[in-house]
Amino acid sequence: MLASLLIVFREVFEAGLIVGLILAATEGVPRRGRWVAGGILTGGLGATLVAAFAAVIAGALRGVGQEVFTAAILIVAVAMLGWHSTWMARHGREMAREMSAVGRAVKGGQRSLLALAVVVAVAVLREGSEVALFLYGIAMSAHAGPVPMLTGGGIGLLLAALVSLLLYRGLVAIPLKHLFTVTNGLIALLAAGMAGQAAAVLASADILPSWGDHLWNTSFLLADDSWIGSALHALVGYSARPSGVQVAAYATTLVVLILLARYAAQPSPARSVLADDAVSPHR
Amino acid sequence: MRISLLAAALSCLAAPALADEPLHLTIKDHQFQPARIEAPAGVKIKLLVKNEDAMAAEFESFEMNREKVVPAGQEVPVFLGPFDKGEYPFFDDFHQDTKGVLVVR
Repeated sequence: MLASLLIVFREVFEAGLIVGLILAATEGVPRRGRWVAGGILTGGLGATLVAAFAAVIAGALRGVGQEVFTAAILIVAVAMLGWHSTWMARHGREMAREMSAVGRAVKGGQRSLLALAVVVAVAVLREGSEVALFLYGIAMSAHAGPVPMLTGGGIGLLLAALVSLLLYRGLVAIPLKHLFTVTNGLIALLAAGMAGQAAAVLASADILPSWGDHLWNTSFLLADDSWIGSALHALVGYSARPSGVQVAAYATTLVVLILLARYAAQPSPARSVLADDAVSPHR
Repeated sequence: MRISLLAAALSCLAAPALADEPLHLTIKDHQFQPARIEAPAGVKIKLLVKNEDAMAAEFESFEMNREKVVPAGQEVPVFLGPFDKGEYPFFDDFHQDTKGVLVVR
């Protein structure tokens, strides 16, 4: 029971932090609960499928199918986060300036929610597939009946959901004026972390060069297997011993996201002047 | 000094050589066999992990920055390094008592 509790808690904890962050980032957007729940459900279903076909996936592409699959879903999540942060950058300004934009905002908000629901699904899929594999193994080994396993798993799930709720509560305690600045920053770091992990996973499959296996080692300060270490790993991509390619992907993603957000946040007059010039060059 | 730094940077960028022979590791009855593997320093290592148990395992190492699920009855490759000389512990994330160490010489 304790083993099930610990492993379920550990995996759901990481996905739960991402869910908590995304709930905070969508504070006030109508119907976000439904989207996030949909993401969790889809991710959970996907996780059971991935666990069921783990042998097929692992055997694919000369044994590196798992890495390619993980990197692919991480890259999808990074793209979705990038899209969301660009949208937020553009939209925050619009909403402040003209109330008429609010109607559009709600529509756009729904689309942005879809992107974030995909991110939630990816997070749940990644961690959930490990939980499913582990619990399936326990059920097969049949040392103990399913009751302690399910009890342990259930308690682990509840505790992790509690952590996720605490993160959400902590974030939304930030005054609304600053909340989205904080969540936008965290989302950029989340995206960078996921890109870094994707690169690291591809390097571990020998698809990308590692550019140095340990660029540095900060495990004496904060170990990967500590709770804070794994929380920061899930949220901002912390790694005590990152590979070169991981750091490169992290930094590149962060810079690209900041530039995209800057560009998107430019006040629209600048853009409409450009548009006018394009239409009537002889003005 | 500057040249050697540059050389070090360049050698990082170039794809390191892969060790000639893959190393083998078997998981059986929740034990790594062998529990101690020796590997050469400075080359990339291909470790073939075979799981002979009926349940999935996860080869994991913080020191080597790796984690990979090894489904029941399967053999999967894990690419490691290149490493400096030293000891690099690993474990099965699904059975944390299952431990082993890679010794790089």
